Amino acid sequence: MSLEILTYSFMHRALISGIAIAILCSVVGLFLVLRRYSLFGDAIAHSSFGGIALGLLAGVYPLWTAYGVSIVSALIITRIKDKYNISSDASIAVLLSSGIAVGLVIIGFSGGFTIDIFSFLFGSILLVSVDDTVLILSLTGAILIVILLLYRQILYSTFNEEQAKVSGIPVEKINYLIVFMAGITVVTSIQLVGVLLISALFVIPNVTAIMYGKGFKQTAIISMSFSVFSVVAGILISYVFDITPAGTIVLLSIGLLAGTMVIKSAGLLSKN
Amino acid sequence: MLKVVEINNLTVQYPDVKALDDVSFVINQGDFLGIIGPNGAGKSTLFDSMLGLNTKYKGTIKFFGKDIRKSKNYLKEIGYVPQKPIFEKNFPVTVNDVVRMGLRNESDENRIDEILQQLWIHELSNRRIGELSGGQQQRVFIAKALVNNPKILILDEPVTGIDQQSIELFYSILRELNSKQKITIIWSSHDLDAVNQLANHVACLNRTLFFHGKSEKFFSDDKLIKQYSEASMQEHMHHH
Repeated sequence: MSLEILTYSFMHRALISGIAIAILCSVVGLFLVLRRYSLFGDAIAHSSFGGIALGLLAGVYPLWTAYGVSIVSALIITRIKDKYNISSDASIAVLLSSGIAVGLVIIGFSGGFTIDIFSFLFGSILLVSVDDTVLILSLTGAILIVILLLYRQILYSTFNEEQAKVSGIPVEKINYLIVFMAGITVVTSIQLVGVLLISALFVIPNVTAIMYGKGFKQTAIISMSFSVFSVVAGILISYVFDITPAGTIVLLSIGLLAGTMVIKSAGLLSKN
Repeated sequence: MLKVVEINNLTVQYPDVKALDDVSFVINQGDFLGIIGPNGAGKSTLFDSMLGLNTKYKGTIKFFGKDIRKSKNYLKEIGYVPQKPIFEKNFPVTVNDVVRMGLRNESDENRIDEILQQLWIHELSNRRIGELSGGQQQRVFIAKALVNNPKILILDEPVTGIDQQSIELFYSILRELNSKQKITIIWSSHDLDAVNQLANHVACLNRTLFFHGKSEKFFSDDKLIKQYSEASMQEHMHHH
């Protein structure tokens, strides 16, 4: 592999944005996985499809409408789930299908804009602009700061809601905060892996890291490392072989998961 | 004597059943109160109401003289150990992580070591919670409840599914907390013998409160014990 590709500025932007997104998805995803909400990222991503179509139709930058639509619909579905006592998996199915449905209807009305949609479905990390990179870095920084500040409250309410309530933690507000942050994270990550493969970034590195049997902070660090490795290696490999980055990134993280499973069944990790 | 808890005319009506009916009693500072009653007697409903998890009740509950509907500040003075703490077996947290969750003042790092030592779980500090036995897990949750130095410890039937040796260790820890550290303990239990040994007050609950007073008085009154046993037995048959 020639090192020349590391000198291109589009590659710098791709790697910097990719690393930020890898860290962000791994941290936010850890809380979703532990809340048995693994597919929530996927559902938000699908609802963002509706937002993207809306933006393309209205002639607005599609990611802005995607942020709006995703965050609002994620908060609404959470409210409905709590109010009508709908299970998490069913609420995810509702959110997921309604986003796609809205997107398809809008595309129908507009007569179709298939080329633009394709990059949103599968990501386009090599095309991120300087503005995109700045936005990705700022949102990542902001969300990580919020998580660090509220670390105990978020972890405690994820671990056991009832006990957290008795300890005076505003569990409901924390739940909405997580949904809000997940919405921002998903739309931010669309540029890296696209709508269809988002939940891979949320779930796979965390499922892998949890297998190492460590405490919370170590688990988060292992997950972030795997995530960053898959993204960086995925971007470089896909460029060299001229294949899609999204697919390569996800396959690499699945490789790490499989490797961990092998190590674990060989008895080299603590049995938990 | 300082009243820490005052419950007046507490009634909880669920759609199909009245869980608590006009329950009133007072808990003083330093009491070790054993709450006994058959399954479905309303013990958990009573605790949920006291802890602010159930707000649909009639009557008043006061902690330290203040109505809990007006302020949640009293929760700072309470350590709560649930019946069976529910968590995912693979949840990636160590003993130290779990106890730290309970710690309000995060700069109080030494307190975690101190409480782990006091409960004989210091050596387990870096083990995942899901790897421990039931008795060890229970001590972790007591440590979490005690890490903020609460004035009151509330425990909901905390020996379900735990081996005998751990139960004895657990009882000696409770006794010490109450006698040496003067923590008020409110403890619901099925085990009459244990209540007799440990508690200095007894509340006997079966939707209504049909006894509350010194434990010597309850355990020296054969009629009360017989009444309690019959109620439990009936309830038991009802359930099977």
